[in-house]
Amino acid sequence: MSPQRPAYSDLMKSLNAGKFTFTGEIEPEKIGSMDEVLEGAHKLVGHVVAANVTDIPQSFAYMNSLGPSYIIQQEVGLEAVCQMTCRDRNRLALFGDLLAAGAMGIKNILSLTGDHPSLGDTPEAKPVFDLDSASLTHLIRKITDEGKDLKDNDIHNPPKFHVGVAANPGAIPIEPEILKLERKQAIGAEFVQTQVIYTIQEAQDFMNHIKHIKIPTLIGLCPLRSYKIAKWVTDFVPGMTVPDALLEQMEKLSKIEDKPTRKEKTYLLNVQYFGSLVKEIRKTTQAAGCHIMAIGFEEIVKEIIAESGVR
Amino acid sequence: MIIPKQKPLEEILQLTDAFENILVIGCDGCSGIYQVGGVKQAETLATLIRMARKLQGKPVEVRHTLVLRQCDRQLVATTLRPQLENTDLLLSLACGVGPQTLVDVFPDIQVLTAVDTFGMGGKDRELGHYFEYCRGCGDCLLNETGGICPMTRCPKALANGPCGGMRDGKCEVGDYKNDCAWYLIYQRLKAQGRLDLFTKYRPPRDWRIAQSPRKVEL
Repeated sequence: MSPQRPAYSDLMKSLNAGKFTFTGEIEPEKIGSMDEVLEGAHKLVGHVVAANVTDIPQSFAYMNSLGPSYIIQQEVGLEAVCQMTCRDRNRLALFGDLLAAGAMGIKNILSLTGDHPSLGDTPEAKPVFDLDSASLTHLIRKITDEGKDLKDNDIHNPPKFHVGVAANPGAIPIEPEILKLERKQAIGAEFVQTQVIYTIQEAQDFMNHIKHIKIPTLIGLCPLRSYKIAKWVTDFVPGMTVPDALLEQMEKLSKIEDKPTRKEKTYLLNVQYFGSLVKEIRKTTQAAGCHIMAIGFEEIVKEIIAESGVR
Repeated sequence: MIIPKQKPLEEILQLTDAFENILVIGCDGCSGIYQVGGVKQAETLATLIRMARKLQGKPVEVRHTLVLRQCDRQLVATTLRPQLENTDLLLSLACGVGPQTLVDVFPDIQVLTAVDTFGMGGKDRELGHYFEYCRGCGDCLLNETGGICPMTRCPKALANGPCGGMRDGKCEVGDYKNDCAWYLIYQRLKAQGRLDLFTKYRPPRDWRIAQSPRKVEL
Protein backbone atom coordinates (compact mmCIF):
# COMPACT_ATOMS: atom_id res chain seq x y z
CA MET A 1 0.00 0.00 0.00
CA SER A 2 1.17 3.52 -0.67
CA PRO A 3 -0.39 5.75 1.99
CA GLN A 4 2.33 8.30 1.23
CA ARG A 5 0.52 9.05 -2.03
CA PRO A 6 -2.56 11.22 -1.60
CA ALA A 7 -5.90 9.68 -2.52
CA TYR A 8 -7.73 11.56 -5.25
CA SER A 9 -10.61 9.15 -5.68
CA ASP A 10 -13.22 7.55 -3.45
CA LEU A 11 -11.88 4.16 -4.47
CA MET A 12 -8.39 4.98 -3.28
CA LYS A 13 -9.70 6.64 -0.10
CA SER A 14 -11.66 3.50 0.70
CA LEU A 15 -8.68 1.24 0.02
CA ASN A 16 -6.27 3.42 1.97
CA ALA A 17 -8.70 3.46 4.90
CA GLY A 18 -8.53 -0.33 4.91
CA LYS A 19 -12.26 -0.69 4.25
CA PHE A 20 -13.38 -3.87 2.53
CA THR A 21 -14.15 -2.31 -0.82
CA PHE A 22 -16.52 -3.27 -3.63
CA THR A 23 -16.23 -2.34 -7.28
CA GLY A 24 -18.65 -3.23 -10.06
CA GLU A 25 -18.42 -3.35 -13.80
CA ILE A 26 -20.20 -1.83 -16.76
CA GLU A 27 -19.69 -3.13 -20.26
CA PRO A 28 -20.81 -0.75 -23.01
CA GLU A 29 -21.52 -3.08 -25.92
CA LYS A 30 -22.43 -2.50 -29.55
CA ILE A 31 -24.68 0.42 -28.71
CA GLY A 32 -25.24 3.90 -29.99
CA SER A 33 -26.68 5.48 -26.88
CA MET A 34 -25.80 5.68 -23.19
CA ASP A 35 -29.15 4.21 -22.03
CA GLU A 36 -27.82 0.77 -21.06
CA VAL A 37 -24.73 2.29 -19.45
CA LEU A 38 -26.82 4.63 -17.32
CA GLU A 39 -29.23 1.86 -16.39
CA GLY A 40 -26.35 -0.31 -15.18
CA ALA A 41 -24.80 2.61 -13.31
CA HIS A 42 -28.06 3.37 -11.50
CA LYS A 43 -28.19 -0.22 -10.25
CA LEU A 44 -24.64 -0.01 -8.89
CA VAL A 45 -24.44 3.48 -7.45
CA GLY A 46 -24.49 3.57 -3.66
CA HIS A 47 -23.55 -0.11 -3.46
CA VAL A 48 -20.07 -0.16 -4.94
CA VAL A 49 -17.43 2.52 -4.44
CA ALA A 50 -16.62 2.60 -8.14
CA ALA A 51 -17.39 0.74 -11.35
CA ASN A 52 -15.01 -0.37 -14.05
CA VAL A 53 -15.94 0.58 -17.59
CA THR A 54 -14.59 -1.87 -20.13
CA ASP A 55 -12.51 -0.85 -23.14
CA ILE A 56 -13.52 -2.96 -26.13
CA PRO A 57 -13.40 -6.18 -24.07
CA GLN A 58 -12.18 -9.42 -25.65
CA SER A 59 -11.58 -7.36 -28.81
CA PHE A 60 -15.27 -7.13 -29.63
CA ALA A 61 -16.07 -3.97 -31.55
CA TYR A 62 -17.95 -2.19 -28.74
CA MET A 63 -18.17 1.36 -27.42
CA ASN A 64 -14.97 2.62 -25.79
CA SER A 65 -14.53 3.30 -22.08
CA LEU A 66 -13.84 7.01 -22.00
CA GLY A 67 -17.29 8.39 -22.86
CA PRO A 68 -19.26 6.07 -20.60
CA SER A 69 -16.78 6.62 -17.73
CA TYR A 70 -17.47 10.34 -17.93
CA ILE A 71 -21.23 9.91 -18.22
CA ILE A 72 -21.65 7.63 -15.20
CA GLN A 73 -19.69 10.04 -13.02
CA GLN A 74 -21.47 13.09 -14.35
CA GLU A 75 -25.05 11.87 -14.56
CA VAL A 76 -25.25 9.13 -11.94
CA GLY A 77 -22.50 10.09 -9.49
CA LEU A 78 -20.91 6.65 -9.81
CA GLU A 79 -17.12 6.84 -9.75
CA ALA A 80 -15.47 5.20 -12.75
CA VAL A 81 -12.47 2.94 -13.08
CA CYS A 82 -11.75 3.65 -16.71
CA GLN A 83 -10.17 0.59 -18.30
CA MET A 84 -7.53 1.33 -20.91
CA THR A 85 -5.92 -1.27 -23.12
CA CYS A 86 -2.85 -0.99 -25.33
CA ARG A 87 -4.37 -3.00 -28.18
CA ASP A 88 -5.86 -0.18 -30.24
CA ARG A 89 -3.84 2.95 -29.51
CA ASN A 90 -0.19 3.86 -29.64
CA ARG A 91 1.50 5.91 -26.92
CA LEU A 92 0.34 9.18 -28.49
CA ALA A 93 -3.33 8.20 -28.54
CA LEU A 94 -3.20 6.72 -25.03
CA PHE A 95 -1.61 9.89 -23.72
CA GLY A 96 -4.22 12.01 -25.50
CA ASP A 97 -7.05 9.94 -24.02
CA LEU A 98 -5.47 10.14 -20.57
CA LEU A 99 -5.40 13.94 -20.76
CA ALA A 100 -9.03 13.95 -21.87
CA ALA A 101 -9.94 11.52 -19.09
CA GLY A 102 -8.26 13.73 -16.52
CA ALA A 103 -9.95 16.83 -17.85
CA MET A 104 -13.30 15.05 -17.60
CA GLY A 105 -12.76 14.20 -13.95
CA ILE A 106 -11.80 10.55 -14.25
CA LYS A 107 -9.54 9.53 -11.37
CA ASN A 108 -9.02 5.79 -11.67
CA ILE A 109 -7.46 4.03 -14.65
CA LEU A 110 -7.08 0.28 -14.97
CA SER A 111 -3.98 -0.30 -17.08
CA LEU A 112 -4.36 -3.38 -19.28
CA THR A 113 -2.43 -4.88 -22.15
CA GLY A 114 -5.68 -5.99 -23.81
CA ASP A 115 -6.72 -9.16 -25.57
CA HIS A 116 -5.35 -9.79 -29.04
CA PRO A 117 -7.73 -8.79 -31.85
CA SER A 118 -7.75 -12.37 -33.10
CA LEU A 119 -9.97 -13.27 -30.11
CA GLY A 120 -12.78 -10.90 -30.98
CA ASP A 121 -15.41 -10.30 -33.64
CA THR A 122 -13.03 -8.37 -35.92
CA PRO A 123 -9.95 -10.58 -36.03
CA GLU A 124 -8.61 -8.80 -39.13
CA ALA A 125 -7.79 -5.69 -37.10
CA LYS A 126 -4.17 -4.57 -36.81
CA PRO A 127 -2.93 -4.93 -33.23
CA VAL A 128 -1.01 -1.96 -31.82
CA PHE A 129 0.62 -2.85 -28.47
CA ASP A 130 3.05 0.04 -28.74
CA LEU A 131 2.90 0.07 -24.94
CA ASP A 132 1.93 -2.78 -22.63
CA SER A 133 0.27 -2.82 -19.21
CA ALA A 134 3.64 -2.15 -17.56
CA SER A 135 4.64 0.79 -19.74
CA LEU A 136 1.12 2.25 -19.65
CA THR A 137 1.28 2.07 -15.85
CA HIS A 138 4.62 3.87 -16.03
CA LEU A 139 3.11 6.57 -18.28
CA ILE A 140 0.22 7.14 -15.84
CA ARG A 141 2.68 7.43 -12.96
CA LYS A 142 4.73 9.93 -14.89
CA ILE A 143 1.70 12.08 -15.63
CA THR A 144 0.54 11.93 -12.01
CA ASP A 145 3.86 12.15 -10.15
CA GLU A 146 5.84 14.44 -12.42
CA GLY A 147 3.21 16.18 -14.53
CA LYS A 148 5.17 15.15 -17.60
CA ASP A 149 4.71 13.14 -20.76
CA LEU A 150 6.97 10.26 -21.80
CA LYS A 151 9.44 12.72 -23.30
CA ASP A 152 9.64 14.77 -20.09
CA ASN A 153 7.64 17.65 -21.52
CA ASP A 154 5.54 19.50 -18.95
CA ILE A 155 1.77 19.13 -19.01
CA HIS A 156 -0.21 22.27 -18.28
CA ASN A 157 -2.52 21.40 -15.34
CA PRO A 158 -1.54 17.73 -15.27
CA PRO A 159 -4.29 15.33 -14.19
CA LYS A 160 -3.95 13.06 -11.16
CA PHE A 161 -4.79 9.40 -11.56
CA HIS A 162 -4.74 6.23 -9.54
CA VAL A 163 -3.50 3.36 -11.61
CA GLY A 164 -4.71 -0.18 -11.16
CA VAL A 165 -3.58 -3.37 -12.82
CA ALA A 166 -5.03 -6.81 -13.44
CA ALA A 167 -3.80 -10.15 -12.14
CA ASN A 168 -4.83 -13.66 -12.98
CA PRO A 169 -5.19 -16.12 -10.08
CA GLY A 170 -5.87 -18.86 -12.63
CA ALA A 171 -2.53 -18.42 -14.42
CA ILE A 172 -0.76 -21.71 -15.03
CA PRO A 173 2.01 -21.68 -13.99
CA ILE A 174 1.45 -18.97 -11.39
CA GLU A 175 5.06 -17.83 -10.93
CA PRO A 176 5.37 -15.60 -14.02
CA GLU A 177 2.11 -13.94 -12.96
CA ILE A 178 3.55 -13.14 -9.55
CA LEU A 179 6.82 -11.89 -11.04
CA LYS A 180 4.79 -9.66 -13.33
CA LEU A 181 2.93 -8.23 -10.35
CA GLU A 182 6.27 -7.56 -8.64
CA ARG A 183 7.29 -5.67 -11.76
CA LYS A 184 4.05 -3.67 -11.72
CA GLN A 185 4.43 -2.92 -8.02
CA ALA A 186 7.92 -1.55 -8.67
CA ILE A 187 6.51 0.69 -11.42
CA GLY A 188 3.88 2.07 -9.05
CA ALA A 189 0.60 0.25 -9.51
CA GLU A 190 -1.78 1.24 -6.70
CA PHE A 191 -4.49 -1.40 -6.80
CA VAL A 192 -5.06 -4.81 -8.30
CA GLN A 193 -8.29 -6.26 -9.64
CA THR A 194 -8.08 -9.97 -10.32
CA GLN A 195 -9.63 -12.11 -12.98
CA VAL A 196 -12.57 -14.23 -11.92
CA ILE A 197 -12.36 -16.93 -9.28
CA TYR A 198 -15.21 -19.19 -8.14
CA THR A 199 -13.98 -20.79 -4.93
CA ILE A 200 -12.56 -19.58 -1.65
CA GLN A 201 -9.62 -21.92 -2.20
CA GLU A 202 -8.58 -20.07 -5.37
CA ALA A 203 -8.81 -16.73 -3.54
CA GLN A 204 -6.79 -17.99 -0.58
CA ASP A 205 -4.13 -19.58 -2.76
CA PHE A 206 -3.66 -16.44 -4.80
CA MET A 207 -3.55 -14.13 -1.80
CA ASN A 208 -0.95 -16.43 -0.26
CA HIS A 209 1.13 -16.28 -3.42
CA ILE A 210 1.15 -12.48 -3.37
CA LYS A 211 1.59 -12.01 0.38
CA HIS A 212 4.78 -10.06 -0.25
CA ILE A 213 3.08 -7.66 -2.63
CA LYS A 214 1.78 -4.60 -0.86
CA ILE A 215 -0.86 -3.42 -3.30
CA PRO A 216 -4.51 -3.63 -2.23
CA THR A 217 -6.10 -6.44 -4.20
CA LEU A 218 -9.74 -6.82 -5.13
CA ILE A 219 -10.80 -10.37 -5.94
CA GLY A 220 -12.78 -10.72 -9.17
CA LEU A 221 -16.17 -12.44 -9.01
CA CYS A 222 -18.61 -13.10 -11.81
CA PRO A 223 -22.14 -14.22 -10.88
CA LEU A 224 -23.57 -16.72 -13.36
CA ARG A 225 -26.78 -15.62 -14.97
CA SER A 226 -27.73 -19.06 -16.27
CA TYR A 227 -26.63 -22.67 -16.32
CA LYS A 228 -25.76 -22.25 -19.99
CA ILE A 229 -23.27 -19.51 -19.17
CA ALA A 230 -21.82 -21.49 -16.24
CA LYS A 231 -21.32 -24.51 -18.49
CA TRP A 232 -19.80 -22.42 -21.24
CA VAL A 233 -17.33 -20.81 -18.82
CA THR A 234 -16.27 -24.22 -17.53
CA ASP A 235 -15.96 -25.79 -20.96
CA PHE A 236 -14.43 -23.00 -22.97
CA VAL A 237 -12.66 -20.44 -20.80
CA PRO A 238 -9.21 -21.81 -20.00
CA GLY A 239 -8.31 -21.55 -16.34
CA MET A 240 -11.91 -20.92 -15.25
CA THR A 241 -13.92 -23.69 -13.69
CA VAL A 242 -17.27 -23.37 -12.01
CA PRO A 243 -17.16 -25.84 -9.10
CA ASP A 244 -19.10 -29.07 -9.73
CA ALA A 245 -21.49 -28.57 -6.82
CA LEU A 246 -22.55 -25.13 -8.04
CA LEU A 247 -22.78 -26.35 -11.63
CA GLU A 248 -25.00 -29.25 -10.58
CA GLN A 249 -27.30 -26.98 -8.60
CA MET A 250 -27.56 -24.64 -11.57
CA GLU A 251 -28.28 -27.50 -13.91
CA LYS A 252 -31.08 -28.70 -11.64
CA LEU A 253 -32.60 -25.21 -11.60
CA SER A 254 -32.27 -24.90 -15.36
CA LYS A 255 -34.80 -27.71 -15.72
CA ILE A 256 -37.58 -25.72 -14.06
CA GLU A 257 -40.13 -25.14 -16.81
CA ASP A 258 -41.64 -21.88 -15.55
CA LYS A 259 -39.27 -19.17 -16.71
CA PRO A 260 -39.84 -16.53 -13.97
CA THR A 261 -39.44 -19.22 -11.27
CA ARG A 262 -36.31 -20.58 -12.96
CA LYS A 263 -34.81 -17.12 -13.21
CA GLU A 264 -35.66 -16.23 -9.64
CA LYS A 265 -34.22 -19.43 -8.18
CA THR A 266 -31.03 -19.11 -10.23
CA TYR A 267 -30.74 -15.52 -9.09
CA LEU A 268 -31.17 -16.51 -5.45
CA LEU A 269 -28.62 -19.29 -5.75
CA ASN A 270 -26.13 -16.73 -7.09
CA VAL A 271 -26.90 -14.33 -4.25
CA GLN A 272 -26.33 -17.07 -1.68
CA TYR A 273 -23.24 -18.57 -3.31
CA PHE A 274 -21.41 -15.36 -4.07
CA GLY A 275 -22.61 -13.68 -0.85
CA SER A 276 -21.01 -16.38 1.24
CA LEU A 277 -17.92 -16.40 -1.00
CA VAL A 278 -17.46 -12.66 -0.35
CA LYS A 279 -17.92 -13.29 3.36
CA GLU A 280 -15.25 -16.00 3.32
CA ILE A 281 -12.86 -13.87 1.28
CA ARG A 282 -13.21 -11.09 3.81
CA LYS A 283 -12.81 -13.41 6.78
CA THR A 284 -9.96 -15.60 5.59
CA THR A 285 -7.80 -13.58 3.18
CA GLN A 286 -5.94 -10.29 3.04
CA ALA A 287 -7.95 -9.18 0.01
CA ALA A 288 -8.87 -5.49 0.06
CA GLY A 289 -12.28 -6.17 -1.42
CA CYS A 290 -14.17 -7.71 -4.28
CA HIS A 291 -14.69 -6.68 -7.87
CA ILE A 292 -18.10 -8.01 -8.92
CA MET A 293 -18.77 -8.30 -12.63
CA ALA A 294 -22.48 -8.83 -13.28
CA ILE A 295 -22.89 -7.60 -16.81
CA GLY A 296 -26.53 -7.07 -17.75
CA PHE A 297 -27.86 -7.92 -14.26
CA GLU A 298 -26.05 -5.37 -12.14
CA GLU A 299 -28.95 -5.36 -9.63
CA ILE A 300 -27.57 -8.59 -8.16
CA VAL A 301 -24.45 -6.81 -6.89
CA LYS A 302 -26.25 -5.07 -4.04
CA GLU A 303 -27.95 -8.35 -3.05
CA ILE A 304 -24.62 -10.20 -2.96
CA ILE A 305 -23.10 -7.47 -0.82
CA ALA A 306 -26.11 -7.57 1.55
CA GLU A 307 -25.93 -11.37 1.76
CA SER A 308 -22.22 -11.20 2.57
CA GLY A 309 -22.98 -9.09 5.62
CA VAL A 310 -20.02 -6.85 4.90
CA ARG A 311 -22.20 -3.76 5.14
CA MET B 1 16.90 -17.60 -43.31
CA ILE B 2 14.04 -15.92 -45.12
CA ILE B 3 10.92 -18.05 -45.41
CA PRO B 4 9.30 -18.06 -48.86
CA LYS B 5 6.22 -20.00 -49.94
CA GLN B 6 5.15 -20.49 -53.54
CA LYS B 7 1.83 -18.91 -54.48
CA PRO B 8 -0.93 -21.28 -55.65
CA LEU B 9 -0.35 -22.42 -59.25
CA GLU B 10 -3.77 -21.14 -60.28
CA GLU B 11 -2.77 -17.64 -59.19
CA ILE B 12 0.59 -17.84 -60.98
CA LEU B 13 -1.12 -18.95 -64.19
CA GLN B 14 -3.52 -16.03 -64.02
CA LEU B 15 -0.68 -13.59 -63.32
CA THR B 16 1.35 -14.78 -66.29
CA ASP B 17 -1.58 -15.22 -68.67
CA ALA B 18 -0.82 -12.25 -70.91
CA PHE B 19 2.93 -12.83 -71.38
CA GLU B 20 4.61 -14.51 -74.34
CA ASN B 21 8.22 -15.03 -73.30
CA ILE B 22 8.76 -15.79 -69.66
CA LEU B 23 11.97 -16.31 -67.75
CA VAL B 24 11.38 -18.13 -64.44
CA ILE B 25 14.24 -17.19 -62.11
CA GLY B 26 15.17 -19.35 -59.15
CA CYS B 27 17.36 -18.12 -56.31
CA ASP B 28 20.01 -20.32 -54.76
CA GLY B 29 19.91 -18.39 -51.47
CA CYS B 30 17.24 -19.02 -48.84
CA SER B 31 14.53 -19.90 -51.35
CA GLY B 32 16.72 -22.50 -53.05
CA ILE B 33 18.00 -23.97 -49.82
CA TYR B 34 14.42 -24.31 -48.59
CA GLN B 35 13.56 -25.96 -51.95
CA VAL B 36 10.85 -23.42 -52.64
CA GLY B 37 12.54 -21.53 -55.42
CA GLY B 38 15.79 -23.26 -56.41
CA VAL B 39 16.70 -24.42 -59.88
CA LYS B 40 14.53 -27.54 -59.67
CA GLN B 41 11.46 -25.62 -58.59
CA ALA B 42 12.12 -23.04 -61.33
CA GLU B 43 12.30 -25.83 -63.90
CA THR B 44 9.09 -27.43 -62.59
CA LEU B 45 7.21 -24.15 -62.59
CA ALA B 46 8.38 -23.35 -66.12
CA THR B 47 7.15 -26.76 -67.29
CA LEU B 48 3.79 -26.34 -65.58
CA ILE B 49 3.20 -22.91 -67.12
CA ARG B 50 4.19 -24.25 -70.55
CA MET B 51 1.84 -27.23 -70.23
CA ALA B 52 -1.07 -25.18 -68.93
CA ARG B 53 -0.75 -22.65 -71.72
CA LYS B 54 -0.53 -25.41 -74.31
CA LEU B 55 -3.74 -26.92 -72.96
CA GLN B 56 -5.39 -23.51 -73.17
CA GLY B 57 -4.29 -23.27 -76.81
CA LYS B 58 -2.04 -20.31 -76.06
CA PRO B 59 1.47 -21.73 -76.28
CA VAL B 60 4.18 -19.67 -74.60
CA GLU B 61 7.95 -19.57 -74.52
CA VAL B 62 9.06 -20.32 -70.94
CA ARG B 63 12.67 -20.77 -69.88
CA HIS B 64 14.15 -21.11 -66.42
CA THR B 65 17.38 -20.04 -64.83
CA LEU B 66 19.08 -19.58 -61.48
CA VAL B 67 20.78 -16.67 -59.77
CA LEU B 68 23.13 -17.53 -56.93
CA ARG B 69 21.51 -14.81 -54.80
CA GLN B 70 18.76 -12.59 -56.17
CA CYS B 71 19.41 -10.05 -53.40
CA ASP B 72 22.78 -9.16 -54.99
CA ARG B 73 22.49 -6.53 -57.73
CA GLN B 74 25.80 -7.40 -59.36
CA LEU B 75 25.08 -11.12 -59.44
CA VAL B 76 21.61 -10.48 -60.88
CA ALA B 77 23.06 -8.23 -63.60
CA THR B 78 25.88 -10.54 -64.70
CA THR B 79 23.84 -13.75 -64.52
CA LEU B 80 20.71 -12.56 -66.30
CA ARG B 81 21.86 -9.98 -68.83
CA PRO B 82 22.93 -12.61 -71.46
CA GLN B 83 19.57 -14.44 -71.15
CA LEU B 84 17.10 -11.62 -71.67
CA GLU B 85 16.60 -11.44 -75.41
CA ASN B 86 12.85 -11.18 -76.25
CA THR B 87 11.91 -11.78 -72.59
CA ASP B 88 8.71 -9.93 -71.61
CA LEU B 89 8.40 -11.27 -68.05
CA LEU B 90 10.84 -12.02 -65.25
CA LEU B 91 9.09 -14.37 -62.83
CA SER B 92 10.98 -14.55 -59.56
CA LEU B 93 11.02 -17.43 -57.12
CA ALA B 94 13.10 -15.53 -54.55
CA CYS B 95 11.83 -13.80 -51.41
CA GLY B 96 10.40 -10.30 -51.77
CA VAL B 97 13.91 -8.88 -52.09
CA GLY B 98 14.56 -10.76 -55.35
CA PRO B 99 11.90 -9.20 -57.58
CA GLN B 100 12.74 -5.72 -56.26
CA THR B 101 16.40 -6.24 -57.15
CA LEU B 102 15.30 -7.38 -60.62
CA VAL B 103 13.27 -4.18 -60.98
CA ASP B 104 16.28 -2.11 -59.92
CA VAL B 105 18.60 -3.81 -62.40
CA PHE B 106 16.19 -4.25 -65.34
CA PRO B 107 13.70 -1.39 -65.10
CA ASP B 108 12.36 -1.96 -68.64
CA ILE B 109 11.15 -5.54 -68.17
CA GLN B 110 8.04 -6.57 -66.24
CA VAL B 111 8.77 -8.41 -63.03
CA LEU B 112 6.36 -10.62 -61.06
CA THR B 113 6.82 -12.80 -58.03
CA ALA B 114 5.63 -16.39 -57.70
CA VAL B 115 6.08 -16.51 -53.91
CA ASP B 116 4.83 -14.96 -50.68
CA THR B 117 7.47 -14.12 -48.07
CA PHE B 118 7.08 -14.84 -44.38
CA GLY B 119 10.00 -13.16 -42.63
CA MET B 120 13.04 -14.76 -41.08
CA GLY B 121 13.01 -18.08 -39.37
CA GLY B 122 14.29 -21.55 -38.89
CA LYS B 123 13.27 -24.93 -40.16
CA ASP B 124 12.41 -28.27 -38.64
CA ARG B 125 13.34 -30.74 -41.35
CA GLU B 126 11.41 -33.64 -39.86
CA LEU B 127 8.18 -31.70 -39.45
CA GLY B 128 8.69 -29.68 -42.60
CA HIS B 129 7.73 -26.59 -40.62
CA TYR B 130 9.24 -23.15 -40.75
CA PHE B 131 9.19 -20.89 -37.70
CA GLU B 132 9.43 -17.13 -37.80
CA TYR B 133 12.11 -16.18 -35.28
CA CYS B 134 13.24 -12.69 -36.27
CA ARG B 135 11.49 -9.64 -37.66
CA GLY B 136 14.64 -7.64 -38.10
CA CYS B 137 13.62 -4.88 -35.68
CA GLY B 138 17.18 -3.58 -35.54
CA ASP B 139 17.43 -3.47 -31.74
CA CYS B 140 18.10 -7.03 -30.63
CA LEU B 141 16.72 -7.99 -27.23
CA LEU B 142 17.94 -11.60 -27.29
CA ASN B 143 20.75 -11.02 -24.79
CA GLU B 144 18.30 -10.25 -22.04
CA THR B 145 15.45 -12.58 -22.97
CA GLY B 146 17.22 -15.91 -22.75
CA GLY B 147 17.84 -16.04 -26.49
CA ILE B 148 14.11 -16.00 -27.35
CA CYS B 149 12.71 -13.06 -29.27
CA PRO B 150 9.48 -11.62 -27.82
CA MET B 151 9.28 -9.04 -30.61
CA THR B 152 8.72 -11.85 -33.10
CA ARG B 153 7.43 -14.80 -31.15
CA CYS B 154 4.86 -12.90 -29.06
CA PRO B 155 1.90 -11.87 -31.28
CA LYS B 156 1.70 -8.64 -29.27
CA ALA B 157 5.48 -8.11 -29.37
CA LEU B 158 5.35 -7.35 -25.66
CA ALA B 159 8.42 -6.03 -23.90
CA ASN B 160 7.00 -6.83 -20.45
CA GLY B 161 5.17 -10.11 -20.86
CA PRO B 162 3.56 -12.52 -20.56
CA CYS B 163 0.07 -11.07 -20.89
CA GLY B 164 -3.10 -12.49 -19.37
CA GLY B 165 -3.55 -14.57 -22.50
CA MET B 166 -0.93 -17.14 -21.44
CA ARG B 167 -2.37 -20.43 -20.18
CA ASP B 168 -0.25 -23.38 -19.28
CA GLY B 169 2.61 -21.86 -21.25
CA LYS B 170 0.50 -21.47 -24.39
CA CYS B 171 -0.68 -18.36 -26.22
CA GLU B 172 -4.27 -17.08 -26.53
CA VAL B 173 -3.58 -16.32 -30.18
CA GLY B 174 -4.04 -19.49 -32.21
CA ASP B 175 -6.22 -21.28 -29.67
CA TYR B 176 -3.48 -22.13 -27.16
CA LYS B 177 -1.52 -24.28 -29.59
CA ASN B 178 1.58 -22.11 -29.83
CA ASP B 179 4.11 -21.56 -27.08
CA CYS B 180 3.94 -18.28 -25.21
CA ALA B 181 7.29 -16.63 -25.94
CA TRP B 182 7.36 -15.01 -22.52
CA TYR B 183 6.75 -18.36 -20.86
CA LEU B 184 9.74 -19.77 -22.75
CA ILE B 185 11.76 -16.73 -21.70
CA TYR B 186 10.68 -17.24 -18.07
CA GLN B 187 11.73 -20.91 -18.17
CA ARG B 188 15.13 -20.13 -19.69
CA LEU B 189 15.90 -17.27 -17.34
CA LYS B 190 14.76 -19.27 -14.34
CA ALA B 191 17.04 -22.17 -15.30
CA GLN B 192 19.87 -19.67 -15.65
CA GLY B 193 19.13 -18.01 -12.31
CA ARG B 194 18.42 -14.75 -14.14
CA LEU B 195 14.82 -13.99 -13.19
CA ASP B 196 16.00 -10.46 -12.44
CA LEU B 197 16.04 -10.00 -16.21
CA PHE B 198 12.44 -11.21 -16.31
CA THR B 199 11.07 -8.81 -13.69
CA LYS B 200 13.14 -5.91 -15.04
CA TYR B 201 10.91 -3.18 -16.49
CA ARG B 202 11.56 -2.55 -20.16
CA PRO B 203 10.49 0.95 -21.27
CA PRO B 204 8.60 1.41 -24.53
CA ARG B 205 10.81 0.71 -27.51
CA ASP B 206 12.24 3.28 -29.86
CA TRP B 207 10.49 2.24 -33.05
CA ARG B 208 12.50 4.69 -35.15
CA ILE B 209 15.14 1.98 -35.31
CA ALA B 210 12.67 -0.30 -37.03
CA GLN B 211 11.24 2.40 -39.26
CA SER B 212 11.06 1.33 -42.89
CA PRO B 213 12.68 1.73 -45.28
CA ARG B 214 16.01 1.18 -43.59
CA LYS B 215 19.39 1.58 -45.20
CA VAL B 216 22.15 -0.16 -43.29
CA GLU B 217 25.77 0.76 -43.72
CA LEU B 218 28.14 -1.93 -42.56
